[in-house]
Amino acid sequence: MKKIILATAALLMVSNVAEARDQIKIVGSSTVYPFSSYTAEALGATSKFKTPVVESTGSGGGLKLFCASNDMDSPDITNASRRMKEKEFATCQKNGVKYITEMVVGYDGIAIAQSKTTAAIDLTRKELLLAVAAKVPNKDESALIDNPYHYWDEINAKLPHRKITIYGPPTSSGTRDAFEDMILKHNTKHWKVYNDAGFKKFHEIRQDGVYVPSGENDNLIVQKLAKDTEALGIFGYSYLAENTDSIGAATIEGVGPAPETVQDGSYKLSRSLYFYIKQSHVGKVPGIMEYSDLFMSERMIGDKGECAEIGLIPLPAADRDHYRANLKAMTRLTADDLKPKK
Amino acid sequence: MNKEANNFLHQGANPRKRKRERADTRFRWYGLIALGLALSFLVFFFVDIIGQALPAFKQTEVLVSVNYTEEAKSNYNRAVEHKLTHIVSRAWLRTIPAYLEAHPEAVGTSHDEWVPADSRVDQYVKKHEGHGLKSKYQKEVDALQQEGKVRSSFNIAFFETGDSKMPENAGILAAAVGSVFTLLITMLVAVPIGVMTAIYLEEFATDNRFTRLIEVNINNLAAIPSILYGLLGLAIFISFMGVPRSSALAGGLTLALMTLPLIIIATRAALRAVPESIREAAYGLGASSLQTVWHHVLPLAMPGILTGSIIGLAQAMGETAPLIIVGMMAYIPEPPSSILEATTVLPAQVYTWSTESMHGYIERTAAGILVLLTVLLSLNAMAVRLRNRSEKTW
Repeated sequence: MKKIILATAALLMVSNVAEARDQIKIVGSSTVYPFSSYTAEALGATSKFKTPVVESTGSGGGLKLFCASNDMDSPDITNASRRMKEKEFATCQKNGVKYITEMVVGYDGIAIAQSKTTAAIDLTRKELLLAVAAKVPNKDESALIDNPYHYWDEINAKLPHRKITIYGPPTSSGTRDAFEDMILKHNTKHWKVYNDAGFKKFHEIRQDGVYVPSGENDNLIVQKLAKDTEALGIFGYSYLAENTDSIGAATIEGVGPAPETVQDGSYKLSRSLYFYIKQSHVGKVPGIMEYSDLFMSERMIGDKGECAEIGLIPLPAADRDHYRANLKAMTRLTADDLKPKK
Repeated sequence: MNKEANNFLHQGANPRKRKRERADTRFRWYGLIALGLALSFLVFFFVDIIGQALPAFKQTEVLVSVNYTEEAKSNYNRAVEHKLTHIVSRAWLRTIPAYLEAHPEAVGTSHDEWVPADSRVDQYVKKHEGHGLKSKYQKEVDALQQEGKVRSSFNIAFFETGDSKMPENAGILAAAVGSVFTLLITMLVAVPIGVMTAIYLEEFATDNRFTRLIEVNINNLAAIPSILYGLLGLAIFISFMGVPRSSALAGGLTLALMTLPLIIIATRAALRAVPESIREAAYGLGASSLQTVWHHVLPLAMPGILTGSIIGLAQAMGETAPLIIVGMMAYIPEPPSSILEATTVLPAQVYTWSTESMHGYIERTAAGILVLLTVLLSLNAMAVRLRNRSEKTW
């Protein structure tokens, strides 16, 4: 009987205590998660503040939670591997999350790699799509057929007669999501034959053994590339940087992956990483500004910063300063900012 | 005559009898093979997990000279020789400014100290494939080893810290405390409610359509996928009642929902096993229903109830799926100080580590599994002991 009373008492306590919170809550993208939680740990270890809680919910899930309410129970910060959508901004406004500050911390890049001994190869995003998609257009682009390609020169006569084998991340991986976004969805979004077949954005990867899902362990892919010199592998950019002695990158539309080419936008397989701050929580939950300052600091996201060591591609120095100024001024995000640029 | 009959039996039945005997033997072998297979899977699993987990209990340490200078207060990298900043653990290095803040008398001194090594160094010293240590640092570590400045000691930090993005600093304390909090809530909610429900259904309820409907539903609930309880918990406790997301309370209540049917079923079975004669004797002496149940039936059914509850709680302890939904699968490195604070639990911690890319997490994942298994085995052993000790035969 006592137990029941205790349990009820515990339940009743909830409504009173939920208001006071001394720990930052962060949700959002699994791609930003490693950097975000790294910063959170550094904040907890080097300051009086409690270590923020970082939950990896995916960009969409994070923004949904973030915009759901302005209560003190809702997350203070959400991470995203894409920009907030206008629709999401509208939801935020409707639910009372009026003032939001947008930050960019750096870039996430994907490298298409091969054994260093193999002759260099240059691919376009479209050729990559045709190599990995489950369904591709037939010759006269009138209908979708199961992917028939097994050699690169079948896709484009200019490419070498080399067997298509691609070791890539499994479906659970953030890199896989990024790859699907940048190669498949990007190309099929405005491709008539896919749209006519009822696919708004086609993102299914072939399962006939040409694309080999290779587990989260990138080391395994490197070993496979060393043995199977015809194959290509898909990694997060940071991994390529650590293994330059055994693997080299394929160029995409003539450009190889490097911090510079990612920064100036010429290397296409990259995307910006964001986080959004709920301004109404600043000052109420201690440490939000300190966390954001630390995340935006040179120590974390600078060219030789600690996040760069674990795989973040830094922003150009001018952009870092720009966002730091925004953070200081708590610049408000507006609906106009999110309109696609013409 | 006798002999003839025997002979007849022998001759006529022999082929068929032998056939049946062979089938018998075969059948026994199938059973043995099945048992052997199950055992070998178990042995393989244990050998694999223990083999992977053992290195996690050893942590490489490096002997370095630490300079507690004024400069180290603002830039902790200056506290050790520049070439060593990638050899020692950054998790240790960055605590130096705070240490100097707290111990101003140490400023200006310099000591030789054994400090934890970076995880890549640790993996390199343990000779694991894919240690990821750059070759220039490898030479550094080799040199240190030559000088006897590298040692391996018991990894006490694994039991004293929470999650970390640096494997050498990652431990299970926060998750273990979280598991205890969550399970306490589950126990406090599920056991009383479950036992009372079972007592009502078994001792008081009349057998009609309505109670039979409830029975069928309870049995069904025990078998639905646990992730559905997560969705239920999210809707009721977090969205409707306003319990903080990721808290032990939210997780505990959700797991209590999941455990309830199991406890009800086990309790009912235990109550049913108490002979009717005991109840009749109590009634015969003029006891009320309450007295009969409370003084006679319940104490006799207790071992069964306890066993059922412990097994139900052990299952709740190993559960992750519903906890993802209520937000407990997150980076939460500090042990909670109340049931309303964000918490993670052991199985969630194991899962989080298993998805990390750095090699140092592999052995930590296995070590986490080992700890979880030990706790679960001891819970189950306790259930068996309780049952054996107070088992009654009528």
